[in-house]
Amino acid sequence: MHQGNIAVVGAAETGEIGVVPGASMIQLHAEAARRALADAGLGPADIDGMATAGPMPMEVSHYLGISPRWLDGTMVGGCSFMLHVRHAAAAIAAGAADTVLITHGESGRSRIGMSRYEGLAGDSASGQFEVPYGSLMPYSTFTVPALRFLHERGMSRTDLAEVVVAQREWAMPNPRAFRRKPITVEEVLSSSPPVAYPFTRDMCCVVTDGGGALVLTSAERAADLPTADRAVYLLGSGEAGESPIMSQMADLGSFGAFRRSSAEAFATAGVDHADIDHLMCYDAFAHLPLYMLEDLGFVGRGESGAFIASGATRPGGELPMNTNGGGLSYTHTGMYGMFAIQEAIRQLRGEAAAQVQGAELSLVQGVGLYFAAAGSLVLSNRRP
Amino acid sequence: MATGIPPTPTPETAPFWDAAKEDRLLIQRCRACSRHYFYPRPFCPHCASADVEWDEVSGEGRLMSYVINYRPVPPIDAGAAQIIALVELDEGVRLLTNIVDAAPEPDALPLDAPVRVAFEPRGDFKLPVFRLVDAQ
Repeated sequence: MHQGNIAVVGAAETGEIGVVPGASMIQLHAEAARRALADAGLGPADIDGMATAGPMPMEVSHYLGISPRWLDGTMVGGCSFMLHVRHAAAAIAAGAADTVLITHGESGRSRIGMSRYEGLAGDSASGQFEVPYGSLMPYSTFTVPALRFLHERGMSRTDLAEVVVAQREWAMPNPRAFRRKPITVEEVLSSSPPVAYPFTRDMCCVVTDGGGALVLTSAERAADLPTADRAVYLLGSGEAGESPIMSQMADLGSFGAFRRSSAEAFATAGVDHADIDHLMCYDAFAHLPLYMLEDLGFVGRGESGAFIASGATRPGGELPMNTNGGGLSYTHTGMYGMFAIQEAIRQLRGEAAAQVQGAELSLVQGVGLYFAAAGSLVLSNRRP
Repeated sequence: MATGIPPTPTPETAPFWDAAKEDRLLIQRCRACSRHYFYPRPFCPHCASADVEWDEVSGEGRLMSYVINYRPVPPIDAGAAQIIALVELDEGVRLLTNIVDAAPEPDALPLDAPVRVAFEPRGDFKLPVFRLVDAQ
């Protein structure tokens, strides 16, 4: 679908990340946008397409002084930005937009300028059939299928802890990561205060403030920009939707939307698992990389825990994964997908805090609104 | 358990909540393909037929998965650990629920354990919750 005809020409996060009480949600969008535009060597007048999730795209474009002719307000939770990239690529290819800005900003920790989360309305499906049972926070909702996944495979909480330990190794050298202290499996299993068995504190993502933004255009226009040698190309993508409420996902031990979105991303990119140098797996909680490694087909059913425990995803391993430290250790504003994409771009540009040497092909897998939606991107620093 | 957020029924879900007030668990069943489904809709998500009915089910099922939530948020009693569970009914549909009258300990909550529905007051409504059969 994309074949490298679309390029990311600007990418940036907010200067500060983590605890940023001096910025509202909309200002986090704007700061990230202005940094991404500067990164691309462009200005607001160069942008004719606007995409974001949370606020409406007009709220962000007007704040920035942009008059877009193409809008995408797709809001499917934390993987919305994977879908924005995919939609923007289609729009650029169709001539509906020339240069698209995609923004994220969330005051997830300080809660400055945040609007109320509408998904909790009492008469929604979740409001009627999940929230009355106390399943209204991410740690008491997203986590509920995990014991089934482990049970079906003869796996245990230790496998959840190994995910945390592996990713902490990536976070330790990263000055922007929220949690950087070395940690052992035993410490993860006993970390307190308790949250929601089988999940301990360190198996749950950090809660932070921050933002990120991307600028996309055609590969032809990218070649004329001052940043042409840092362009990252979109090779393939996929998206998929399933149940809007966690309890109705078709299979508690495997997420159909991961399988479908990643299969389409691999097929459209024309690459196979062995080609992937670097992997980002959206990790709001420690069970998600286990689901993703199996559902994306990097390992067989029941092999995800042993694969991570073997060190394969750690620095120096065969499949470097979540190399910023992930949502578990780097940052998680609420919709982490933008940060997963940003790390893939840094790796492909050779600018990451913990750089994977020679990374040319990255797969970014996102998840949204618990087990409701998924988005996948295959990115490369080489145009095929 | 009497504290917490009550549901806000919509026209399509009202029969479910009205029956729960009478300690009855109603699940929709498709007359065309004979399958039960949940959550309530006036047509079958499996075969798209609108020939559907409400079926009073036994409320027997098994424990599929759970978390022991040590951090409930108000108005739920924040001082007591809460078992948030997924139960699969014998009819094949899955409900999110609470396991009540069980110790909030992993050893007391074996997966696949048989469970049976019970009803607990919540505001003007009653919530279907479940008990372990062996504990009854």
